[in-house]
Amino acid sequence: MSSKEKKGVRLDHISKIYLDPKTKKQFYAVNDVSLEIEAGSFVTLLGPSGCGKTTTLRMIAGFESPDAGEIYLGEQPINALMPNKRDTAMVFQSYALFPHYNVYDNVAYGLKLRNVPKAEMNKRIERILELVELTGMESRMTNQLSGGQQQRVALARAMVVEPSVLLFDEPLSNLDAKLRVSMRTEIRRIQQTLGITAVYVTHDQAEAMAISDKVIVMNKGVVAQMGTPREIYQHPVDEFVADFIGEVNFLEGKIVKLDGKDCVLNISGHDVKVPNPDQFAVGKNCKIVLRPEATILADTGALPCKIVLSCFMGAYQNYHVMVGDTLVKLADYCPVGRKIYEVGDTAYLSFREGCVHML
Amino acid sequence: MKTKQGAALERKKFFADPAMVTTIILLSVLLALFILYPLMMLLMDSVHVQETNMYLLKDVLSGEAEIEYTGEGENRSVTVLDSKNNELTIALNDLTGAYGSLYVKNGRVIKDGDTINPEKAYVKVENDYWTGAAFPRIFKDYTFRNAFFNTLKLGFITSLGAVVVGLLFAYVDCYVQVKSRVIKKMFDVVSTLPVVSPPFVLSLSMILLFGRGGLITRTLLKIYDSDIYGLKGIATVQILTFFPVCYMMLKGLLKNIDPSMEEASRDMGASRWKVFTTVTLPLMLPGLGNAFLVTFIESVADFANPMMIGGSYDTLATTIYLRITGGSYDTTGAAAMAVVLLAITLVLFLIQKYYLEAKTAATLTGKASRARVPITDASVRVPLTILCSAISAFVIIMYIAIPFGALFKLWGRDYSLTFRWFQQLFRDDGFKAFKDSFILSLISAPITALLSMIISYLVVKKKFRGKGMIEFVSMLAMAVPGTVLGVGFIRGFARGVFRTGFLQGIYGSGIILVIVFVVRSLPVGTRSGISALRQIDKSIEESAYDLGAGSIKVFTSVTLPLIKDSFLSGLVTTFVRSITAISAIILLVTPRYLLITCRINEFAEKGENGVACAYATILIAIVYAAIVLMNLVIKFFGTSRNVSLKESD
Repeated sequence: MSSKEKKGVRLDHISKIYLDPKTKKQFYAVNDVSLEIEAGSFVTLLGPSGCGKTTTLRMIAGFESPDAGEIYLGEQPINALMPNKRDTAMVFQSYALFPHYNVYDNVAYGLKLRNVPKAEMNKRIERILELVELTGMESRMTNQLSGGQQQRVALARAMVVEPSVLLFDEPLSNLDAKLRVSMRTEIRRIQQTLGITAVYVTHDQAEAMAISDKVIVMNKGVVAQMGTPREIYQHPVDEFVADFIGEVNFLEGKIVKLDGKDCVLNISGHDVKVPNPDQFAVGKNCKIVLRPEATILADTGALPCKIVLSCFMGAYQNYHVMVGDTLVKLADYCPVGRKIYEVGDTAYLSFREGCVHML
Repeated sequence: MKTKQGAALERKKFFADPAMVTTIILLSVLLALFILYPLMMLLMDSVHVQETNMYLLKDVLSGEAEIEYTGEGENRSVTVLDSKNNELTIALNDLTGAYGSLYVKNGRVIKDGDTINPEKAYVKVENDYWTGAAFPRIFKDYTFRNAFFNTLKLGFITSLGAVVVGLLFAYVDCYVQVKSRVIKKMFDVVSTLPVVSPPFVLSLSMILLFGRGGLITRTLLKIYDSDIYGLKGIATVQILTFFPVCYMMLKGLLKNIDPSMEEASRDMGASRWKVFTTVTLPLMLPGLGNAFLVTFIESVADFANPMMIGGSYDTLATTIYLRITGGSYDTTGAAAMAVVLLAITLVLFLIQKYYLEAKTAATLTGKASRARVPITDASVRVPLTILCSAISAFVIIMYIAIPFGALFKLWGRDYSLTFRWFQQLFRDDGFKAFKDSFILSLISAPITALLSMIISYLVVKKKFRGKGMIEFVSMLAMAVPGTVLGVGFIRGFARGVFRTGFLQGIYGSGIILVIVFVVRSLPVGTRSGISALRQIDKSIEESAYDLGAGSIKVFTSVTLPLIKDSFLSGLVTTFVRSITAISAIILLVTPRYLLITCRINEFAEKGENGVACAYATILIAIVYAAIVLMNLVIKFFGTSRNVSLKESD
């Protein structure tokens, strides 16, 4: 659809300072962030509220001005451009549809401003409404639409102007859980069809994983980690990222010896073999990032644990076990046919190959 | 931490929007010129003496006339003008104490070496100096001191009364089950009537009902020497005029009190009265203070009622008016009085706006969680309902008296119906008065509505330096009594801006009347615009920007349509306020324009109540028609019904 050259976005040492309204102290909402978003890719800014992700997005859109650094759209620096002069289009959390316009006029708004000839405009609107599956709803007022439909109008309105970059500010947070899942698939599909560069802000890690080529995890104004969803999940760089993405347990241990690809750790007084972790030096204290599904419970083994909670969840059996003084939450997927441990039982914990990451 | 780059970028983006910059500059200039500048001139006049005095040379020489001259420097010679207007300095050592220029009456020109006839020569002394002496002087002046304390006393009584009556109505509305539909409707009517009616209508009917020839006092009660003029008359009329405002404010607060709090108190054993005094009232306290001050400002600023029914009870507003129109030579004194009046309202306004309003918002935040169970106890319900009904009935009777005042042949003596007052009205330039009032108000309405929407848009949605100033100045007009504004306009424009003659042309023209209408209504429109705009999710406008619209386009295509209701009601409110305005206007109007309100005042002063009532009746009809029209328009073209503003989080 887009005949234009695709453009990426580059943030070069961007900072933004805000004044805390209560303490009257300045703080960095965004602190020295540098990013390179490739043309045509789908990148998610992920983090807890207050981490600076929305501020970053709004700086790209032009609603906020960076206090340091430069933002580039393609090769062009855009710091001084007003939002209406930037080739970006944003999908807002509240959709921000014009309540006094119907669906057609909402979508046509940006095209009219660009003086697109009537015939072409109609063609483009027709095509985009088809893409978001809203054909036939042109004359509906926006308050006659369901949440999901409103969301798609907002999407169509932003995409129809064929921006170089599409910006999403938590667009799905007002939808119910089921719709959220189907809409995110939809957004990904449409982005792929058009090949548009997209920057997506969310605090929902599952959404980020499902939708992105690349996830940027932010914390307290800085980029904590940048990578594919797989890298972020399996090889988090620190406890914050590990904890923010999915369920996680941390086990303290000390490396006793290296044994080929495996290594032996001492965990609360027991020597346990950890298959195929990242390499570390002998004698070093380390922390195991243990995903609930990365474990196996058995009657025998090296690391004893005590079951304190056992609960059937349908897809998996949920266990809380005590390893020494540490509470570990485990998930035994598809437990049919395996032994179900009860509260008070003692079992032995071992790790699945390649699933253990050490910090 | 350095935020320089961010600030610089914001500035750059701001200035990349010439339309916005032009609007802000233009607006600032307008506000400065028509609100700040007149007040500044007033302030200046109160501490600045600029006068020219003539003394007959003979009197000066004989010591009969004492020359008042406060200028600096000793100059023992007198300037005399020769035939070519050249200044010649003549040593005149005999003329001790006289400085300035000397010239001869009747055009006889002094030539070089002339002898001067002390019988015909005048010493002209031009004084031009700054002094703070006017303030102590006016406070020594009995008339002023009297008016000053009268004003405060009246303000206190009126505000107290209005708050009590307003609270009563609000309480009955929110807490008590009123069974009769008719009574409920009556409360509605009563609470809106005084808001939209011309300011002196109640005074007029007060005179008709309770005056010397009053229907109630004379005809029914046979009291022949009833004296309604004075404090009791003004206070009654003001309370009835201003309590609806209190009622509206307090109703909003009461609705926000969570009933569970009162239920908790009841549950722990408190009686209804105890609940009211220990829970409801303390929660309302800042709100009551707020209402009290708002009424106080209104009462102090009120001109029309004290004028009409005050009798010898002079207030500051009327005293200043009389000083100005009475042709007093003490211009500095009159200006100082206006400054004192302004200071009173301004201080109250600042307390109200920046202290109490914030406090009210802090104590009562959020919405009530549930609807309140209305009180059905007869012991509470019956007396309160009767009390409110009695007040309502009283107000309604007062309004009904007006049209009848215009229809009866001679109020107080001959109650036979006649059209002669209406006929006299139209014989007497009545038609021109309606045309002038109508046209001037009609011109000012759209200007005000648009300006107030633009101001509220800038205040709510934009960030720029000087924004606080724009908001403050446009709200300031609310605290400026009409009389003060009128005096300020006279001082500011009678001889042009800064006495240079610039814009002098607008003085005495219709333009200055329109400007005054606009300035007087701007705060109301702006306030309603601001609250309407706060309801609109900011991202709606951001998305329009994001799609490529400039600020003007965003305002016209998104913002304005979304606050259409507020715009329309601003239109009508301004129209109504303008066509019923009197205080500032009466000082500025020239014989070229006849205004209804001024005519009513004139006729009422002359005691021709029949014609005054005829004018008032038609005026009320016009105002009422405008409001009905507005409601119809909003009903058919309004936005509120099919627009769901602000997404709920």
